[in-house]
Amino acid sequence: MSEEYNIVIVGAGPAGLAAATTASKYTNKILIVDENIKPGGQLSKQTHKFFGSKNHYASVRGVNICNILLDGLSKEKVCFRPETSAIGFYKPDTLIIQDKEGLHKIKGNKFIFATGAIENMVSFENNDLPGVYGAGAMQTLMNLYGVKPAEKVLMLGAGNIGLIVSYQLMQAGVEIMGVVEASPFIGGYHVHAAKLRRMGVPILTSHTVKGVYGDGKVEKAIIHKLGGGFEPLHGTEKTIEIDTLCLAVGLTPSVELLHQAGCNIKFIKELSGYVSVHDDMMETNIPGVFVAGDASGVEEASAAMLEGNMAGLKAAYDIEGFNRSVFLNEKEIVEFELKSLRTGPFCERAQAGKKRLMVEER
Amino acid sequence: MRLKDHPVLDFKFEEKKKVSFIFNGETLYGYEGEPIAAALHDNGVRVLRRSPKLNRDRGIFCAIGKCSSCLMNVNGIPNIKTCVEPLKEGDIVKYQDKKGNIRGD
Ligand SMILES: Cc1cc2nc3c(=O)[nH]c(=O)nc-3n(C[C@H](O)[C@H](O)[C@H](O)COP(=O)(O)OP(=O)(O)OC[C@H]3O[C@@H](n4cnc5c(N)ncnc54)[C@H](O)[C@@H]3O)c2cc1C
Repeated sequence: MSEEYNIVIVGAGPAGLAAATTASKYTNKILIVDENIKPGGQLSKQTHKFFGSKNHYASVRGVNICNILLDGLSKEKVCFRPETSAIGFYKPDTLIIQDKEGLHKIKGNKFIFATGAIENMVSFENNDLPGVYGAGAMQTLMNLYGVKPAEKVLMLGAGNIGLIVSYQLMQAGVEIMGVVEASPFIGGYHVHAAKLRRMGVPILTSHTVKGVYGDGKVEKAIIHKLGGGFEPLHGTEKTIEIDTLCLAVGLTPSVELLHQAGCNIKFIKELSGYVSVHDDMMETNIPGVFVAGDASGVEEASAAMLEGNMAGLKAAYDIEGFNRSVFLNEKEIVEFELKSLRTGPFCERAQAGKKRLMVEER
Repeated sequence: MRLKDHPVLDFKFEEKKKVSFIFNGETLYGYEGEPIAAALHDNGVRVLRRSPKLNRDRGIFCAIGKCSSCLMNVNGIPNIKTCVEPLKEGDIVKYQDKKGNIRGD
């Protein structure tokens, strides 16, 4: 026995929620599964006011954006199942999910994979020691569950995530011993870096972590300076006492399910890893299988939501075949917003990556 | 430690249900429905398991159910992702050695 849906969405982050929002305007019987306890993905932990375009909730806090999206979903049309992992897809119409009761077969007409991304690890001595945490993990503990995640933290990575999470840690009463960045430049916005510096946090560019040490948990880190070719400079080692090393060194798209499903997977550096080839409406080489959000290339939440809108629109149109001019009009709006979003100075990379993905497809 | 006066967030701990659970024979407390790994972290527990090949300590890493670093034995079942497993009253949580043991030890 298996359940049947028009659209099955994997992942209730901003991309998955936005896909459901658009799709539910035109069709019903939509299922969203998410393996976490709460919906919202990475966005639900963002307590800062958002960077991004005005149309896309800039200066609204991430946590609140999730609530706006969730409250907008019609309970009659959209069914949400938390604590449920999607673990396999079988062409053309079967998804295997796992929950408390066990494994279930779900039949669908269209599938949207909005599985997000996973945080990167970097290599240094004892990088598996308890107390080496991803930045998102620190946020899960402090911003979702109110657990003070550490006492003394060293942050690795001075991109926006490293800078913002450092500030959020300070709001939670955690001491930031410094932010270490391998490149000679700070990658994140100047305002975030300036705020940390004003609060007395050193930001050390051209530095990296040599290793972390301790008995069963992180007790100290040794950092050193890097030369112009990123080679360690001997004699520059410094020991810093910490209980946690926080990694903010980028994310990698989660494409395991798409890969297993048989989607065409390509390595695109600008999109942060292996991604599934897709067309301008987010459909992969498998008809009826869509991808959206960080899973289709790591960008940010506004792009994730727009990609979700696009996938949801096309999936619903293919099912219901509603008025074509309504469809084309909505498509044009989303396309325009995506384009204007990706023209910002911080989005050149993503834009170049998406271009390569589409060109290589032909 | 819990974040009781955060400048942006209010966790409303007074409205939450405190529950007890057993970790390696010891009684600990957490809030119902939060991830087991978060409750353990709040109790100062950092080592959740040992790795299968090199027998090294493992703690939380991603906290979103993707990395397998927090697999533990919960109520006799090994390999539970404790970062996405909600805590219930009376849960019996054990440190997991290597690939885990179905008998729960
Ligand atoms: C620290 C930090 C700060 C950020 N700040 C900003 C900012 O200021 N502005 C901005 O625009 N963006 C910001 N971002 C980025 C933004 O949060 C992400 O780009 C966005 O959340 C991506 O959305 P998504 O829906 O693609 O993926 P996610 O939010 O990662 O959601 C994916 C969901 O899929 C679920 N899932 C995955 N696999 C499965 C499976 N097999 N079965 C079931 N469920 C599954 C996961 O549980 C998760 O809930 C920040 C990110 C971080 C980490």
